[in-house]
Amino acid sequence: MKHLSRYRRHKAAAPLLLLLALLAIGATYSVASAATSSEMTAADRSVLIEEGRQIFLKGCSSCHGLNAEGQVAPSLVGVGAASVDFQVGTGRMPMADMSTQAMRKEPIYDAAETAAVAAYVASLAPGPEIPAESSLNYERDGNTAEGGELFRNNCAMCHNFAGQGGALTQGKYAPTLMGVEPKHIYEAMVTGPQSMPVFSDKTITPEEKLSIIKWIKAAEKEPNLGGASLGRVGPVTEGLLGWVLGLGMLIGVAVWLAMKAK
Amino acid sequence: MSKEIEAIKDPGLPAHVHRKADTDPAAANRAERQVATLFGISALGTVLLIVSYIFVPDDLFIFIPVMGNQNAHQLGLGLGMAISLFFIGMGAIHWAKTLMPDTEVVAQRHEFRSPDSDRKEFVEAVKSGASASGLGRRSLIKRSLGAALGLSALSPLLLLRDLGPLPGKELEKTTWKSGTYLVTDPGNRRIKASDLEVGAVAQVLPEIADPEHRKLSDIAKDAVLLIRLRPQEFNLEADKLAMTHDGIIAFSKICSHMGCAVALYEQQTKHLLCPCHQSTFDVTRAAKVIFGPSARPLPQLDITIDNEGYLVARQPFSEPVGPSFWERNSQ
Repeated sequence: MKHLSRYRRHKAAAPLLLLLALLAIGATYSVASAATSSEMTAADRSVLIEEGRQIFLKGCSSCHGLNAEGQVAPSLVGVGAASVDFQVGTGRMPMADMSTQAMRKEPIYDAAETAAVAAYVASLAPGPEIPAESSLNYERDGNTAEGGELFRNNCAMCHNFAGQGGALTQGKYAPTLMGVEPKHIYEAMVTGPQSMPVFSDKTITPEEKLSIIKWIKAAEKEPNLGGASLGRVGPVTEGLLGWVLGLGMLIGVAVWLAMKAK
Repeated sequence: MSKEIEAIKDPGLPAHVHRKADTDPAAANRAERQVATLFGISALGTVLLIVSYIFVPDDLFIFIPVMGNQNAHQLGLGLGMAISLFFIGMGAIHWAKTLMPDTEVVAQRHEFRSPDSDRKEFVEAVKSGASASGLGRRSLIKRSLGAALGLSALSPLLLLRDLGPLPGKELEKTTWKSGTYLVTDPGNRRIKASDLEVGAVAQVLPEIADPEHRKLSDIAKDAVLLIRLRPQEFNLEADKLAMTHDGIIAFSKICSHMGCAVALYEQQTKHLLCPCHQSTFDVTRAAKVIFGPSARPLPQLDITIDNEGYLVARQPFSEPVGPSFWERNSQ
């Protein structure tokens, strides 16, 4: 101790002490918070589930049934927390009206309420879980080229080759993937919301799913080098613009050419 | 009848109306300034092009309402060139229309037949050319030229061969054999029946020894879509039901109409949609066509599992996959 106290007036002593203190506090906090988050007590969990049940009864049960057994809307037994997190987190549920398809909109419930409903629905029967933040590091674990190949084979037929979305039958559509949270893309692949089928973890592994997300994020950032992208939906808008605007301008010029000056 | 025809008189040509610039010097000066302005705008367009080329970096993106994010360099080049060319033309037309003489001129059509002197001159020119070439005397040139010209006509005929050869049985065969494993595409991993949840789909190909060198022409015939439903959702004939395994059903992905990849599977309605011409197939009824131009259901692949639970084809496709072709036996 004596030889340590000799350095107590050293000019590096104060900053070093401060650093040590910060590290100690940080370490204690992270251990403590890790303990609380990963080991949510059974009591906490049942409180959360009860909270979720209350929200469910108010906001969801009129269509999905008092016990989520399904009524006008499908049963939610076994759809899992991931399904709830996707549908409620993207604002699709609760639906604004009984239209063909639930549209993406501003979420009605906040993150805590969504988590509570997810916990309640997950408690009914096991189903896909919400992917942990740490398992969604697509920048590290994904491969853009592989993701592109997977996307063209599995996603492009509905969501368009550039992820812009497209039409299905009878007014249904595949939504655009631009600006969608990576977590929600992942959950959609695992749960198969609405018209979308499920893409199993065995046929498209979690790493491959991250590759798809990485490719979508790369497509989002893709600059339009060749001028206006016209929605990147292919020849339809290009043709429309060519015929309407291009030909319209040519007709206008032709009329002006033949007009006699006053 | 004849009275009515007589009632319509030839109205003749309308009277010539003079332009303002013809009579009013102020209007003429104004027109001159307008033309000069149009040429001036063209000059500005060229300046824009030069400035964009030299000073605007080619990785600069700017936001333009309606058009979205645009590359400023390319936009400047394109707009500059369009403006510089278009306004030269516009100025020239405006100049001609407002300031150049507008006297109307009548030009009579001449006779079609050329004058006799021209015709005589032409015949003489041909004759003197023929004698100068000496084709009548130099038979070697004449014959070799004839051979060269004749042979050159063969080359387009030879290229016609590329219309063939006839495909033979090639369109009726796929790589699927009895016992071929189903593998993921991409990835080439075998699939267990238990890997697929209800509502899941998978794009699959037949397992081959060298998946790195799979031929595109093979994929175009072999591609299969695997779908898992609840077994009670099927509404199938016994023989078609026997081709499924525990709710898993496999269809050729190649549309029986024009050969597009049919893979828009709507999980709720159990409909498969072809993106090209909207042919819609009902998966629960063995891909029966319920909408669109397709004439036949998608061929179903007979699948089962091996001892370890991996999905495997029990038989090859029982009919040719994809669109109709001339030699197809469409029974």
